[in-house]
Amino acid sequence: MSRAQSTYPEQPTRTTRPPVGLPRLLAGVPAHGSLDLSEHHSLHGPLPEMTRFRRRRSELIAEIEQAGLRGRGGASFPTAQKLEAVAASRGRPVVVINAAEGEPASSKDATLTRALPHLILDGGELAAQSLGASELIVAVNDSAIAGFESLATAIAERGTPARRSARIRLVGVPDRYVTGQETALVSHLNGGSALPTFAPPLPFEHGVARRPTLVSNAETFAHIALIARHGARWFRELGTSAQPGSALVTLSGPVAYPGVYEIECGAPLGSVIDAAGGLSAPARALLLGGYGGSWVPAEHLEDLCFSAEQLAPYGASPGAGVIVVLSEAACPVAETARLARWLAGESAGQCGPCLHGLGALATTLETIAGQDAHAATRERVEQLLALVRRRGACAHPDGAARLIQSAIDTFQSEFDEHARYGTCERCLAPPELVLGQPRRTRHLSTRRASLNPARRP
Amino acid sequence: MSYRLRVNPITCEAHGMCAELLPERISLDEWGYPLLGEEPLDPVLVDHARRAAAACPTFALLLQRERQPR
Repeated sequence: MSRAQSTYPEQPTRTTRPPVGLPRLLAGVPAHGSLDLSEHHSLHGPLPEMTRFRRRRSELIAEIEQAGLRGRGGASFPTAQKLEAVAASRGRPVVVINAAEGEPASSKDATLTRALPHLILDGGELAAQSLGASELIVAVNDSAIAGFESLATAIAERGTPARRSARIRLVGVPDRYVTGQETALVSHLNGGSALPTFAPPLPFEHGVARRPTLVSNAETFAHIALIARHGARWFRELGTSAQPGSALVTLSGPVAYPGVYEIECGAPLGSVIDAAGGLSAPARALLLGGYGGSWVPAEHLEDLCFSAEQLAPYGASPGAGVIVVLSEAACPVAETARLARWLAGESAGQCGPCLHGLGALATTLETIAGQDAHAATRERVEQLLALVRRRGACAHPDGAARLIQSAIDTFQSEFDEHARYGTCERCLAPPELVLGQPRRTRHLSTRRASLNPARRP
Repeated sequence: MSYRLRVNPITCEAHGMCAELLPERISLDEWGYPLLGEEPLDPVLVDHARRAAAACPTFALLLQRERQPR
């Protein structure tokens, strides 16, 4: 039996017993539309009354700590530690569900917001309750219209929040790579531009309205909703001891059924690809962790398991669960050059080394991929990578440097070939990596919606 | 007590004053942005570093006191 489950499993079952095995989060996901409140309740049971957690507010945090839940936005930070830092800061906290997905190769947050809005809202409400937060903000990409609509419907369906509990607000975020970054999101929510800011202060001290702010990925909140219902021991039934539970991955590239899958942490990557109907073309390499992640040659596919410690020897990490397969028909040098140019364009342009460095890297890689390959050397790329790393306010230049470095290491033979003979016949193949829409304007307008159920009839 | 240099990369506009005033620790990259070492500042250089930070037209150079001396 495969350990991965597709986005389209069977109909919702009428039980509130803890689910055994997979799927957990993706249970009952409809192919279109979303689970409404009654369907959600019959599937997972009602939101646990905080009686279990009321005696001491930190009981939910203790449960999450025992569960060993780590953030699913890419940084894999222990969620309990983040909650505690927010609880220990002065002021009434704000909770932000980060469903802003700037990564073009990821669609797990879009799937969650579109199909399971109540699950992430449950997690957000529980976190808000345990922190005594005044406001729960859900941040969604402006372009994610389906997610926006299903969340708006779900918030209205949940009705007026109880007295003293958090008000729910739904906010649109401009579609850019860096806008999902924590400080950029907080800056946007404070009425500023959706660009990263210089830290410290970090959002857990001074976030939205200078209050301690918990910013976590939508998937993290979905896990919180289930941990609160079924407990830490249930959560640990799946996964490894260092990385318990299940995770959502977005698989794309030459596979029969690309999409969002729920897998057990530590599961072999081969099982995910098998669940997606297998490879439809021979694979050259896999990109793990998105466009700020690392390439791993496809010959290691059999040995790869989806957990931090098992991917570390390959210089990769699970990140936000992005797996992109690159086929042998594509030219990795040309793909890397295109990706570098896109990453340079996605720089917020605030920090000099990132603005100039990523642009210069893209130009150098384009020269290597182009006709006069000998004009640009790999030494120049290495030199530029050193000038870019750790020199921005956010991790964007670091991610771009990691990706380019791993491309040079993984595709050494192709880079050598280009340096000697110039363009290859594979350069003419259509681009494989999806890079999202080029950004049209520098200052993007954004759709903001404030939904306060209390004011609704 | 040890001090460490930091630059706010967002406000830095590559004026290059810091490299002029503290060449012992600060060099400029090819675009004129400062390159700082990671290690704590030599106590002898602290006064110079303070002057360099004060001379920065955008106040991007920061001299931070280390909380835990290593």
